[in-house]
Amino acid sequence: MSDARSEILGAVRDAIAKSHGSAAGGPTDIHADARSRLADHAANLIPARGRLGRKARVDLFIREAERVNATVARVSSTSGVPREVARFLAKNNLPMSLKIAPETSEDTIPWTEQTLLKVEEGRADGTEHASVSHAFAGVAETGTLVVLSGPGNPTTLNFLPPTHICVVAAPEIAGDYEEVWSRLRSEKAGEETGGGFMPRTVNWITGPSRTADIEQTLLLGAHGPQRLHIVIVDE
Amino acid sequence: MSETPARQPSIGLFATCLVDLTRPSVGFAAAKLLEDAGCKVSVPGQQSCCGQPAYNSGDAADARAIAQTVIRVFEGFDYVVAPSGSCAGMIRHHYPALFENDAKWLARARALADKTHELTSFLVDVMKVDGLEADYDGVVTYHDSCSGLREMGVRDQPRALLGQVSGVALKEGEEREACCGFGGLFCVKYPDISGRMVDAKVDDILATGADTLLAGDLGCLMNIAGRLQRRGSDVRVRHVAEVLANMTDGPSLGEPGDESKK
Amino acid sequence: MKSTAANFEDNAEKALADDKLKAALSKLSEGFPAKRREAADRLPEFESLRDQARDIKSHVLANLDFYLEQFEARVVESGGTVHWCRTAAEARTTILRICRNAGAKTVTKSKSMIGEEIAINEHLEHHGVEPVETDLGEYIIQLRHEPPSHIIAPAIHLSKEQVADTFRKSHPHLAPERALEEPRALLEEARSELRQKFLAADVGLTGANMLIAETGSIALVTNEGNADLTYSLPKTHIAIASLEKIVPTLEDATTILRVLARSATGQDMSVYNTFCTGPKRAQDLDGPEDFHIVLLDNGRSKMLGGEFHDMLRCIRCGACLNHCPVYKSIGGHAYGWVYSGPMGAVLIPNLIGLDEAGHLPNASTLCGKCEDVCPMRIPLPRMLRSWRTQQFEAGKTAPLSRSLLRAWAFVTARPWLYRIMVAPAVSALAALGRKGGRFRRLPLAGGWTKHRDLPAPEGGTFVSRWNRGERPGEKKP
Repeated sequence: MSDARSEILGAVRDAIAKSHGSAAGGPTDIHADARSRLADHAANLIPARGRLGRKARVDLFIREAERVNATVARVSSTSGVPREVARFLAKNNLPMSLKIAPETSEDTIPWTEQTLLKVEEGRADGTEHASVSHAFAGVAETGTLVVLSGPGNPTTLNFLPPTHICVVAAPEIAGDYEEVWSRLRSEKAGEETGGGFMPRTVNWITGPSRTADIEQTLLLGAHGPQRLHIVIVDE
Repeated sequence: MSETPARQPSIGLFATCLVDLTRPSVGFAAAKLLEDAGCKVSVPGQQSCCGQPAYNSGDAADARAIAQTVIRVFEGFDYVVAPSGSCAGMIRHHYPALFENDAKWLARARALADKTHELTSFLVDVMKVDGLEADYDGVVTYHDSCSGLREMGVRDQPRALLGQVSGVALKEGEEREACCGFGGLFCVKYPDISGRMVDAKVDDILATGADTLLAGDLGCLMNIAGRLQRRGSDVRVRHVAEVLANMTDGPSLGEPGDESKK
Repeated sequence: MKSTAANFEDNAEKALADDKLKAALSKLSEGFPAKRREAADRLPEFESLRDQARDIKSHVLANLDFYLEQFEARVVESGGTVHWCRTAAEARTTILRICRNAGAKTVTKSKSMIGEEIAINEHLEHHGVEPVETDLGEYIIQLRHEPPSHIIAPAIHLSKEQVADTFRKSHPHLAPERALEEPRALLEEARSELRQKFLAADVGLTGANMLIAETGSIALVTNEGNADLTYSLPKTHIAIASLEKIVPTLEDATTILRVLARSATGQDMSVYNTFCTGPKRAQDLDGPEDFHIVLLDNGRSKMLGGEFHDMLRCIRCGACLNHCPVYKSIGGHAYGWVYSGPMGAVLIPNLIGLDEAGHLPNASTLCGKCEDVCPMRIPLPRMLRSWRTQQFEAGKTAPLSRSLLRAWAFVTARPWLYRIMVAPAVSALAALGRKGGRFRRLPLAGGWTKHRDLPAPEGGTFVSRWNRGERPGEKKP
C-alpha cells in the first residue's frame, strides 16, 4: 500500500503547491506555521463560563452535570465514599455489589467498612450491576468527567455496567478542558507507554448514555450506563 | 418630510422585473417613499432584470452580460435602490463575484455594489427616515425573505418603518425567517417540493391570525399569495412599500381589480 | 451503495406522499433547530468559536500533507498501523484483510459515514463476515436494509411502530406477546440483542470524528456509548476516516468539539467524547490489542485547492440538514445516496459524479440558511451554484430550461428589446386577469399553477408608466 500512500500524499502536495503558486517568491518552509502549531499546542478561545474560583467552579460542575442527568454527591474525604455509594445503591434499589477500578481499591477507599457492599476489583465483563472508576479530572464548563484508561482504571467499567459511579477529587475539577490537557501533558510526560503522555483511552463523559433515535424521544441508557453518579471528594 | 437635505442624493430606482411587469404600484410606492425621504428619484428606461435567474442557473456568461448592462445604466447615481432584497443582494454580492477575473469590470461592479441598497434598509439606515405619514388598519405579519435577511441584513428596518404606520398591529410568525419555497426557477422546476415549503409558510402565516401578509420581495409574495388563495384564504398580501407609502387603495396581490379605478 | 440520485424527482415525489415521513420530519424541525439556538445562546463565545473552528480546518487543509505524515508517525510510535487507501475498493479490501487476519466472524460497528460511503457492510457480508451496526438508529436501518436518512439521526424517518415491526421480523427470539409500543421497550429490546454482539465481536470498526496529528489519536463522539463498547471489547480496533478529518492538536480538537454537539443536537457536549491512542498498553486490563487506521482519500485530494475545497472543512454535524427547508420537506432518502441535505448536495456530485447527481445542486432555493448555521461556515450556496455553472457549461442543464433561460437573458440584456417584447405580453395577461385578479391555470405555467394561483399583473409596466409621467397618489382618506 506504500504505493497508495505516496500517490495520495503526492496529490495532496500538488494541490497545495498549486494554491501556494500565486504567492511571490515562495517561503522555504511552507509548513513553518504548522510546525510551530504542533510544538506550541496553544489554546484557542476558551469560553469565560468555567473561569471561576474553586468553590464556584465546583458548583458549576455540579449544576452542569445535573443538567445532563448525572447525579452528584459530595463527601469530605475518601473515607466517606463507601457510605455514599451504599446509600446511592440502596436508594435506587440496586444490588449491593460493585466492580471497582484497582485505583479505587482498599488502599485508597475503605470499602470494607461498608460490610453490606460486595466489592470486586477488575475490568467489566458485562455481568456487573454497577462499577466504580476514578476520574483524572472534572470540567466545570459542561459537567464533564475526564477518565483515563490504565492498569488501575479499565475503560470497560465506564461503559458496560448499567450504573456507573465515578469518583473525582474537588481540587481536580478544572474550569475548562484546556486546563486538563495541560495537566495531562505535564503529569504524564515521559511515560513509557508508547503513546507519549496519552493513555490508550481518554474518555470525556458528560452525563449518562442516551439516544433520541426513535422518534426523537430522549431515553437514557442506550448502550452505556443508564445512571451516572458522581462522587466529589472535597479534601 | 419637513427638512430638506443639504443635497438631494440621486437615486437610480431599480424596479426589478417582477415589479416592472406585474405590480407597478410597488414601484410607485418605492419612488414616493424615496422622494418623501428627500431623494431625487430616476427610473432609467434601460433597465430590465438583474440577471439572477441566469446566475442561479449556472449561466455565468449571460449573467455577466446582463450585469454589464445594469452597471452601465446605474453607475452614475449616488445610490441604487431596489424594492427587493433578492435583486439588491444580486448586485451587492454577486456582481463582484461574476467579474472576479476581469479587473476592469470588477472595479465597476464593486463600485456599484457598494452603493446598492434594499429599499427599507436604505430608508432606515441611510436616510434615517422617521415619522412616516401613513395608516393601515390591520393585523399584519411579516415574511423575511431569504436574500434580504441573510445577504442584506434586512430584519429590523421594515419593522421599524411599520412601527411608524398608524393602525398597524404586527403579529410575528414563528417561522418568519423560513424560506417560502419560491427560489426563482426552483418553484417551477421542483413544483411539489416548493408546494410543500409554501404550504408550511402559509400554515405559519395563518397561525398568526393576521389579516395581511407583508414582505419586501415580490417573488416570495406572489408565491405565498398564490398558495394562500389556492387554499381559499382571504389574507391580503402586499409589498411592504405599499403600506409604508400609504398606497393601499388598489387591489392586493391576486385580488380582483376594481374597474372604476382603472 | 447503489445511487438513486438520478431519480431524485421520483424519490422526492414518493417522500412527499409519505405521511409518516412528514410527521417524522416535522418532529425533527421542531427539535434540533430550537435546541441549537438555545445552546448557542447559552455560550456567548459561540460565533467566535465558529470562526476559530473554520480557521483551524482551513489551516489544516493548507498543510494537509504535513499533518497526515505527522499523524501517521505518531500512530506508528504508539503501536498502531495506518493503511492508506485511494479508493473505496481499496478501503474495503484492506478492512476485509484485517478482519480475516483477526479470524473475525463478527464485526461490531459504530456509525460511520465513511463506512456508508464505501459500503463496507455489504462487502463484509458478501465475504462471510457479519457486520453489526450498534448505533440504535443505524442498527434499525441495517435490519431494514436502508441507507441512513440523516447523518446523525439515521432512522429519523421511521415511526416507533415501524421500528417495532422491524424488530418483530428480525429478532428470532422475540416473544410475540412482548409489548413494543413504547420507545423505551424498543430500546431495551435492541440493547439486549446488541449486548451479546458487543461481547462476542472479534473486530470493532469505528469511524473517527477527528484525527489528531499531535498525538496520533482519533476522536470518537457518541451519545449512546456504542463506539466505546465497539473499540474496547474486541481484540482488534479498526477506525476508518477520510483525509480531511485531521486536526493539529488536542486544543484544536477541543475547539471543534465545542461547536460540534451544539450545532448537531443542541447539546453543549455529546455524552461520550473519546480519544484513542494506539492499542492497549502492556499492563492494561482491557482495550484492543491491535489498532488500525484506514485512511481514505476517495476523491478528497481532488477537491483540495479546487472549487469545493471548503467542503473539506465539514465535520458532519447535520446542522445544514436540520435547518434546510428542502430536507425538511423530503427527508434524506430522496437524495439517493448516503449523504443528504445541503452538504450532501455539494458532496455527492464530488463522489459519484455530476451526471448521476445532477439534480441535487438544483433542488435548492439557495435560501442561505445552511451557511448561516454551518459551524465551519462552509459557503454551501456558492458551491451549489458552482455545480450549476459546471452543468450549464457542459450543456447538461435541462434543454427546455436552458433555452428559456437563454431567451430571457438575451432579451433582458437588451432593455429595448425587453420593452418591445415583454410589455405587450404582460398587458395582454393583465387584461385577461383583471376581473379575477388571478389565474388558477395558465398555458406554460403548469409548474407554478399546480399548487398555487398566479396573481394577475396590474397592467402596464412600471418603468414606462413612470416615464410617461404617471404618479398615482396616496389612498383616499
